[in-house]
Amino acid sequence: MSTTADSNYVIETRHLAIFYGDFKAVTDVNLRIQRHKITAIIGPSGCGKSTLLRSFNRMNELVPESHASGQVLFDGQDLYARQVDPVEVRHRIGMVFQKPNPFPKSIYENIAWGARVHGYRGNMDELVERSLHQAALWDEVKDILHRSGLALSGGQQQRLCIARTIAVQPEVILMDEPASALDPIATLKIEELMEELKRNYTIIIVTHNMQQAARVSDYTAMMMLANGHARSGTVIEFDETNKIFTRPSDKRTEDYVTGRFG
Amino acid sequence: MKKNNPSYSNGGRFRDNLATRHRAGVIWQIVFQASTVIGIIALTALLLNIIDGAFGYVAYEARVDPASLAVDGVAIEDLPQELLVEILRQNLSSGAFNKLDNEIPFNERSRINVYDLVIERIVRYDVTESWTLRESLTQGAEIRARVIEEYPDAELRFISWINAEFIQRPQSSEAVNAGVRTAILGSLLTILVTILVAFPLGVGAAIYLEEYALDNWLNRLIRTNINNLAGVPSIIYGILGLAIFVRVLGVLTSGAVFGSVDPTTASGRTVLSAGLTLALLVLPLIIINAQEALRAVPQSLRQASLSVGATKWQTVWSHVLPNAIPGILTGTILAVSRAIGETAPLIVVGASTAISFDPNIFSRFTTLPIQIYQWTARPQAEWRHLAAAAILVLIVLLLSLNATAIVLRNRSTKRF
Repeated sequence: MSTTADSNYVIETRHLAIFYGDFKAVTDVNLRIQRHKITAIIGPSGCGKSTLLRSFNRMNELVPESHASGQVLFDGQDLYARQVDPVEVRHRIGMVFQKPNPFPKSIYENIAWGARVHGYRGNMDELVERSLHQAALWDEVKDILHRSGLALSGGQQQRLCIARTIAVQPEVILMDEPASALDPIATLKIEELMEELKRNYTIIIVTHNMQQAARVSDYTAMMMLANGHARSGTVIEFDETNKIFTRPSDKRTEDYVTGRFG
Repeated sequence: MKKNNPSYSNGGRFRDNLATRHRAGVIWQIVFQASTVIGIIALTALLLNIIDGAFGYVAYEARVDPASLAVDGVAIEDLPQELLVEILRQNLSSGAFNKLDNEIPFNERSRINVYDLVIERIVRYDVTESWTLRESLTQGAEIRARVIEEYPDAELRFISWINAEFIQRPQSSEAVNAGVRTAILGSLLTILVTILVAFPLGVGAAIYLEEYALDNWLNRLIRTNINNLAGVPSIIYGILGLAIFVRVLGVLTSGAVFGSVDPTTASGRTVLSAGLTLALLVLPLIIINAQEALRAVPQSLRQASLSVGATKWQTVWSHVLPNAIPGILTGTILAVSRAIGETAPLIVVGASTAISFDPNIFSRFTTLPIQIYQWTARPQAEWRHLAAAAILVLIVLLLSLNATAIVLRNRSTKRF
């Protein structure tokens, strides 16, 4: 994958549409994701937020009969081009899921495994420590590295998953409602962590929590089901978070963020 | 607990209904308990029936009184080897004696072996009558009186038909000398071939169907047919095994290709053919169970692995398979349990019964179920006692194989 000169934008979509069989889940999305910023995707349930997010690292392909049209440019390269290997895409664009899903292995292995499959040749102990530090988990687990990752609390498991993602050194981290299964304290920790991570990574987060979007993100994309006969989601407004939450230009956005909708 | 909902206005009726609802629950509970109890009774009856046949009184009669063979007042138990050989020479035809000498020269045989030959070939104990455990326990006095009256020369003993000698001796045409050594070895070898073939093939097919195959009509058809194959009567597999492994692939299964032509081999009716036939029989079972086990691995784990940039194969090998192994092994236990008890397909494939040598994979074969089937079909009571003993051996063999698999399974589950 080549890198273009204009590196302000890390991901750009052009007329992106995503289908599940004949069903068009997401239609005509045109977004430009800024490097080293946090971009939030908000919107009511079932409008295709997660589908859009998963199209950025081709995780959608795990659903049988799903396909995409249009373009997703990552550093100027179309992710859906024929010669692009999804394994490389996922190596460079990592993902954290809604429900913490550590491997049923030791904490150490959770971090090391991804690096090892990529043939990482450096000092593994160092990589594990650095990744856990970056995920703000090191102090809590440094003495129990060889215990099961499943023995941790939900919030710790989610930070372990973030550490696992960081360990393979991606450029973008996709987060699909990463705090929705966590209590407020664990949620706060994840949000602080995101603030830290954005210095080195670009983060795209799907969230149902309006306050969370307002707190952590720099840009916000508002998704809705498009008008018309097909129940197909699209981005109706994309702007700085500040603007979306204070003076949105679309009436539907205003209704949604002020709680008058859905 | 008072509510003024109009639908429940009649509080009395609610109470009546409540009692009825609880009563229905109690009745169902009793029904479920009864089915459990009936199951336990059936199993106990089965086990008692087997044990009933495996122990009891036996009256032996010797064709030649061992006392008459004594030399200079020394009983044959205490005679040295040379005199025992001499007894054999005098009492056997010269042809039979030379044949024994040709098999293993007498001076190379142990004394015990020669003594056994004297007992087997000259003294020749025969079972005149045998009794079940129940008869032996309840009518002991009558049995003893009857033996003294009817068979004055007979020796009455209370024996366990299952004993060390029974397990160590090969099959024989005389009940007193018959054992299950060859049948045990035959069963173990056959099962070994079955597992070695069916396990990798079955798990491989399951991985392909669950992890790789697309959900199209062809693959759905394949899946449906595998489910149907699991229900095909086992004798059909026997016919298939006969046609393919014995007839078509006879050169392979008889070992001729590998240059190991066993003089006892009757074409392709070998342990290998039997094992392959049973492998075909249990393959659908292993595939279905492995598919279930793979399906039970949460999708989130696959996503986690793929999202760090692992390939599909790395995901399957490092995460999906390790998590499915306990389920796969459970399925294999069921499959092996089925295979080890199969009789019908092996009869069709051409099991022999009288095998007096230790089998290898290219030799004729017999297995425990075959042996049991043959013995129960004979009219004399003593064979049925032997069959009961063989059934106990089969049960113990089955339980120990399963125990091994369960230990393996628990070890693989324990990791995390």
